[in-house]
Order: sequence, then C-alpha cells, then structure tokens
Amino acid sequence: MDWFKRKQEGIFTTTKSAMPDGLWQKCENCGEVIFAKAIENSLATCEKCNFHFRTDAKGYINFWLDENSFEEFNQNLKSTDHLGFVDAKGSYKTKLTETIKKSGVNEAVRTGKGKISSREVIFVAMDFNFMAASMGSVVGEKISRAIDEATKLKIPLIVVCASGGARMHEGALSLMQMAKTSAKLARFSQKGGFYIAILTNPTTGGVSASFAMLGDIILAEPKALIGFAGPRVIKQTIGKDLPDGFQTSEFLLEHGFVDRIVHRKEMKNEIKTLIELLT
Amino acid sequence: MDNKGWEKVQLARHPKRPYTLDYIERIVKDFKELHGDRFFGDDEAIITGFGKIGNETFAVIGQQKGRSTKENIRRNFGMPNPEGYRKALRIMKLAAKFKKPVLTLIDTPGAFPGIGAEERGQAEAIAKNLFEMAVLPVPIICVIIGEGASGGALGIGVGDRLLMLENSWFSVISPESCSSILWRTWDKKEIAAKALKLTAEDLLEQKIIDEIVKEPTDGAHENYDEIARTVKERVLDNLKELKKLSTDKLIEKRIEKYSKIGFYEEQT
Ligand SMILES: [Zn+2]
Repeated sequence: MDWFKRKQEGIFTTTKSAMPDGLWQKCENCGEVIFAKAIENSLATCEKCNFHFRTDAKGYINFWLDENSFEEFNQNLKSTDHLGFVDAKGSYKTKLTETIKKSGVNEAVRTGKGKISSREVIFVAMDFNFMAASMGSVVGEKISRAIDEATKLKIPLIVVCASGGARMHEGALSLMQMAKTSAKLARFSQKGGFYIAILTNPTTGGVSASFAMLGDIILAEPKALIGFAGPRVIKQTIGKDLPDGFQTSEFLLEHGFVDRIVHRKEMKNEIKTLIELLT
Repeated sequence: MDNKGWEKVQLARHPKRPYTLDYIERIVKDFKELHGDRFFGDDEAIITGFGKIGNETFAVIGQQKGRSTKENIRRNFGMPNPEGYRKALRIMKLAAKFKKPVLTLIDTPGAFPGIGAEERGQAEAIAKNLFEMAVLPVPIICVIIGEGASGGALGIGVGDRLLMLENSWFSVISPESCSSILWRTWDKKEIAAKALKLTAEDLLEQKIIDEIVKEPTDGAHENYDEIARTVKERVLDNLKELKKLSTDKLIEKRIEKYSKIGFYEEQT
C-alpha cells in the first residue's frame, strides 16, 4: 500500500472536531495520543480502541476502492436556491458558495464507477463535510443517476450513507428526494440489481428513511449513530433520558435492522466476498 | 405582514378541520376498517380499509388525529409508529392483489419520534413504503388534507397523483422544528413557515403536486359535506385518467414523475 505517496494531497479529511492537524493526534474516544500516520494506516480508526473517526467521501473512495479506479460522475451538478431561503445566518445561496469553497466539493455526495478487488461497482459516498450530508435536489439527482447507471451496466451498487438531517433550505424538494431515490432503487431491484448499503456515523433523517434502509444487505461501521429521529428530538418528546447505546449500530443489529457490523479495515474484503457470493 | 405560509399552517391545524374519518364517513360506502400489521400491533394513528367510492372499490389509508384529549392519546396525535406504516403496506399489497386502486389521505405532524418507534425501525418502515409504493401495480392517488410533515407524511404519500387541499401544508420539516434548528429558538416559526414555501401554490410551482383542491370560502372546516364532495369528484376524475394506462405504463410514468423532481444547475 502506498498511502505515503498520496500524503501531500491527503487521503481523507476528517471533520474539524475529529482531528486537529499535526503529527500527533488525540483519539476523541479513548484520549490516547497517537501518531497521525498510524491513524492513517488504520483507515482513520484508533488502533487502541477501534474508534472510527468521521471521514469524508474522499476517505471512503481511498479506503475501499482499488487505487485510481474511481471515475467520478456528475461533478458539475450544483444546487440552486430555488426557494430563495434566508435563515438567521443569511441566504442559502451564500451558504452554498461558502461551503463549496470550504469543503472543496460541490455537493454532499460523490458518485462514480470504481473497482473493488477488480470487480466493477457503482460507488456512492455521502460527504459529511458538506452541510452535514443533508439531502437536497443535487444529492437526490446524483444518487438517482448513479442507480440508473448501475441498472444499465448491471453491476452492484454500493452506497456509503451518512446524513445529519434534512436540507431544510430546499423545503419539500428535499423531502421528495427520498421518494425519488427509493423509486429508482425499486426499479433496480426489480431488474435483479444488487445493492449494499453501508451506514456510517451519523445516518439519520430522510437518508435513513430512504436509501440507507433499502439495501439488499445493510452493513454498518461500529458505534455509528443510526436512526430516523435525532436523539435530542426524541428526548424532548418523551421527556426522559435515552437508554445507553440507543440508536447505535449495535442497537440496530440487536433489533434486526442491520445485517452485519464491519470494521472499516475489513469492509473492502467484506464487500468483495458478498459480491462473489451473491452475483 | 403577508404570510400565506403561516396562515395555511394555522388553517391546516384548525381544531374543526375535517380529518380522515370525516371524509370516509361522507364518501366511502360500506367501509370496512382493517386492523393490524400482523407483526406487532394496530396503530390507530393510521386508518386502513376497503370501501366504495362511487362505483369503485378503493383501499383507503389515512392518518387520523383525535378531537378530544382522550382520542388524541388513542390516535397519538396523528403521529404513526412503524406498525402504522406496515399496516398501510399490508393493505396496499392486498389492493394490488385484487387490482383495486389506492387512496391515501395525508394529515400528520410527523412520524412519531419515540424509543419504541426507533426500536421497531421507523426509518425502515417508511423507506419500505416509498420503495413498494413506487412500483405498486395499481393506481395510487394521494391527497394532503391537513398537515404533511416530513417522512411521516411521505410514508403514505407516493403515487401517481398528489393532490393538495388549498389550506393544507407539506414540507420536509415543521415550521417549529425548522425554527429551532436554523434560528435556535422556537419563536421564529412564522418566518420558517414562510421560508419553507410549503403552501399548495408553492408546491405546484415546485412541480411536486399535481393539483390544488379548492376549499369552501372560509376553509374546509366550514362545510364538511362540500369539501368531501369536491375530494370525491377530484379522486374519481383522476382515477378515470389513470385507468386508461396499462400497468406497465402506469408504473413507468410514476417513476418518471419522481425522477423529474428537483432543481439544480448543470454546467457542461
Ligand atoms: Zn481511541
């Protein structure tokens, strides 16, 4: 593995809170101070406690796809402020421009064709760095086109899911992307397509109540927050503290909504084997 | 200040607003309510059953709010749990088996955010309905009669036609929750209601709904018989159009309709 060659560019970007820049980094879970390269070598997980640092789409592309195999689709799709939405912090339009500049990506999802151990797949990864991976028109459209491509090419579809909630700035247009992506998946499934959904921290709201829960097989990274309603909302509604481990990957496995919990380092091999077994 | 958004939210929540059962009583003959999801229980926030509208047997599915505190507790304020969505899906599959069209009446402040709802897979239940409704081989007509909040509304809201009553609202989030997240206070709900562009007129412009159903002059609550008659007429007219299509064409057009929803820029 030649992680080091690509070091300048960085093989992944964690969100600000996860890891400050520097040679040494502190694990936000166990507090262990670890050599940054060691974290990188273990695919942004802590070697001591197995904590999975939050990462972006670029990270997952580098972690799980064969080197240089990713051909990205529809990078030129950009959100528009159709509603002319203005909140306390200003307009959605300005927020989009600023977020594009800050995150280096045009939207909250990257889609394309790639290879996993030489097998062609359509690979989709949500980008938490872009407005908390909320789903608006562009996210819905890019994922829909990726599903169309998987349908046309008759190859497996892998979607790395993440989302912190709704893209409120697009109102009902954001909501309808749940129906749009689900409709495309229904068609893909009818034609015999194989879909693996991979749930990462956090997968909530509209994304969880659409394509995230529609995989033929649903895998999850350990200890991810997964649920329809956010824990804060539930706590407010019922006026009680939530039980320990509520809405974690492990909780979903126990209740029958996730097939397997897989360490980030094992995921590539896991996908490869599942594709071999089922297609 | 002119704020149609907030005005519609208030009308949709009017205490005398007609609910699902008020429509069923007036337009569905021989209604047989069917209960339970066959797995966990019977969610009374969603009513399902079969009956005749005109000469046509329909599967009728609708969220139900209560008028008294007691009834609201029974109906969970119209906020379904996963078993409600699963019951709805069971009835839709029955409709498909016997080739009967489906009518859904949407009126919910959202799917219930609770511990049990999460344990039993609220997200999975809603997702599965979107997935199945997209390809259900019978006509589906959805009517937003009051509140259409978030995935909880959409969970029975995918179909060939989406109609919206003049004084109802439909969005990804309630104005209150939107206010609390984007303004960090509960007090900006009026502003949020306006910003979300959630009225029937807005949604027609956004190409999300197919038509607006006119209400009596002062709102649906002023004349139940009149609004029920209008809804019946609009549903039957739409069904007549949909029945002209073969099943394959119907599903193809339904998927195509959803494919087109959204606004974006594509630079080439
Ligand atoms: Zn650690």
